[in-house]
Amino acid sequence: MTTLDTTEASGMIMNKTAEDAGTLAKAATSARAGNETKIAATNVSVFYGEKQALFDVSIDIPARQVMAFIGPSGCGKSTFLRCINRMNDTIDICSVTGTIEIDGANIYDPKIDPVLLRARVGMVFQKPNPFPKSIYDNIAYGPRIHGVAKNGSAMDQIVETSLSRAGLWNEVKDRLHEPGTGLSGGQQQRLCIARAIAVNPDVILMDEPCSALDPIATAKVEELIDELREQYTIVIVTHSMQQAARVSQKAAFFHLGKLIEVDETEKMFTNPTDQRTQDYITGRFG
Amino acid sequence: MSLSLLFAIILALAMVGYLLGRANASGLKTAGKNLHSIPAYHGYYIALWCGLPAFLLVLVWLAAQSTVVDQLLLAGLPSHMTEGATPARISLVLGEIKNVAAGRVFGTPTQAVLDAAARYQSLKDTASLALIACTLAAAVGGLAFARSRLSPDFRARNKVDGILRWLLIVCSILAILTTIGIILSLVIESLVFFARVPVTEFLFGMNWSPQTPIRADQVASTGAFGAVPVFWGTIFISAIAMFVAIPVGLFSAIYLVEYADKKVRSVVKPLLEILAGIPTIVYGFFAVLTVAPFIREFGMSLGLDVASNSALAAGGVMGIMIIPFISSFSDDAITAVPQSMRDGAYALGATKAETIRQVLLPAALPGIVGGVLLAVSRAIGETMIVVMAAGLTATLTANPLEGVTTVTVQIVTLLIGDTEFDSPKTLAAFGLGLVLFISTLVLNIAALQVVKRYRERYE
Repeated sequence: MTTLDTTEASGMIMNKTAEDAGTLAKAATSARAGNETKIAATNVSVFYGEKQALFDVSIDIPARQVMAFIGPSGCGKSTFLRCINRMNDTIDICSVTGTIEIDGANIYDPKIDPVLLRARVGMVFQKPNPFPKSIYDNIAYGPRIHGVAKNGSAMDQIVETSLSRAGLWNEVKDRLHEPGTGLSGGQQQRLCIARAIAVNPDVILMDEPCSALDPIATAKVEELIDELREQYTIVIVTHSMQQAARVSQKAAFFHLGKLIEVDETEKMFTNPTDQRTQDYITGRFG
Repeated sequence: MSLSLLFAIILALAMVGYLLGRANASGLKTAGKNLHSIPAYHGYYIALWCGLPAFLLVLVWLAAQSTVVDQLLLAGLPSHMTEGATPARISLVLGEIKNVAAGRVFGTPTQAVLDAAARYQSLKDTASLALIACTLAAAVGGLAFARSRLSPDFRARNKVDGILRWLLIVCSILAILTTIGIILSLVIESLVFFARVPVTEFLFGMNWSPQTPIRADQVASTGAFGAVPVFWGTIFISAIAMFVAIPVGLFSAIYLVEYADKKVRSVVKPLLEILAGIPTIVYGFFAVLTVAPFIREFGMSLGLDVASNSALAAGGVMGIMIIPFISSFSDDAITAVPQSMRDGAYALGATKAETIRQVLLPAALPGIVGGVLLAVSRAIGETMIVVMAAGLTATLTANPLEGVTTVTVQIVTLLIGDTEFDSPKTLAAFGLGLVLFISTLVLNIAALQVVKRYRERYE
């Protein structure tokens, strides 16, 4: 599949609402334009009830690269990740201030439907969470609810493409109609990635996607992330410094709800500017 | 001495035993001995040995006493009263003697009966004296025995544990034995019934009219025991109940879990559960006095012919009763679906309703089905509502506006009033009861299996 197809397919999704159509056209042009800012967050703060979890985070995330969020537990990196596809909306007591622009359009604009936003910004979770359905139906779920394809050969095509891109096709092609929960942990996580790809998102968010996997499965998923970067903007939260070094081009260090430092991964790991980053990377805390 | 006083004395002795044991052990401890168990366990050990044997003795004694006394009484009766008499006759004689002994004299009893009554009284007095003596002896003996075994090395703690374990085993065996007893009595009486009415006629016959003539010259129906219309009534009313309860219960559970905020939930959920606490008799007269007339008048205004005891009224009210059952089971099942399933669906851009319909409900289905099966078995066994609101005539109809009768209603009517335990009319109740028991048992087992399988899924 070419980049053009990708944007066209997401266009089909976005066309459901007329006011988003313009945004999409803009998205298509900027996506083709190459290595520029995909997501721009300005002064994002997050509150859980009275408690502030994130303080004035501003960051630019480049298109078609892997950006890694690192930092000790509870530093707000997952919270910020969940702001990018408005998953925090599903938590009643959570409120978000500031703006996050994807391709220049503020996703917290009241005109934006979070449901459609999430079709453009896919997410992969810490623990593999395949639906208790067949492998085929797991992949077909997203395209079906967005009306991208009905059953039949068009859907078969989407399922095959998505599974192939997730590197899972050869392992599961003979048992597409067996339950997805019957796969191994690593296969389940790649199934979840394939499921996210199936709705043709621009951005894929990954929240510690390998923390529940063994080293071999982790290696496969990392390899996959590296391949996916050619077509998607990927943001990954990870606890493993080695993983961040292996898969990401840029890295952001969070500490106590604040964004401390953003830089090229290589530079951050060899020559960090902030003392706290230095301490965390060298294992002095966290 | 009354029984309660006897129990009080046993209890007091046990407490004395406890204090003795504890004091004794404490004494050893202050004397510098190294005790295996703390003093309280020494006390418990003596108390258990003092109280338990005596208590068990009283129970066994009371169970056996009347039989033994009766036998002694019979042995002493003049031979002309007992020889060749039927068991029924003998129990009549015994009854008369006991009545006389208790001072309830009707007519003029014979001298033999008066003598027997006097003897009965003295036997009873001796027996209760002996009971008291034996019990106290057992209590004191147990106390002395247990006390003699105490020493610093004595493992009182382990022994007390062992005794308690036996106590628990005995209690659970009692519960199981009771169940077995109930099943046996059902099966045995049913076998007697099936010896008179063939099983095939009972299970597949289409005509139910159990009123049989009691005397030969009475004009009554000859008695027909084809239970299909009765089974149909139960199935029909249960189906109506489920038709009401499943959607309302399930939808309210979905609302409570997925939509309601904490405040609403904390008010609505207990309110819904109040429904489960209403006595079924109250539902019964609600059905008869409120719902049935309403349905009847509404039907009349539409020009329909509605029976005053319609299946719709009984089934509908039964459905209301079952709502909390279904809603609390569905609530548990939906809550048990991990948050990661919801997140997964939302992250793909699913709306709330899509997530519920396509992800949560399929994942929660086994739990919901289990709850529904339990609710069905509850509906089948429900008695009071249908006794009051469903009809008595067994009709095979699919019209919810007509009256039907159910298995439970028929059992009630068969056993009310004058009954004799050798007529098929009475015995039919046991046949119906057996069928009812087997079907609810099967439903319950199926439900538990389904629920168990679903529990294994996310752990």
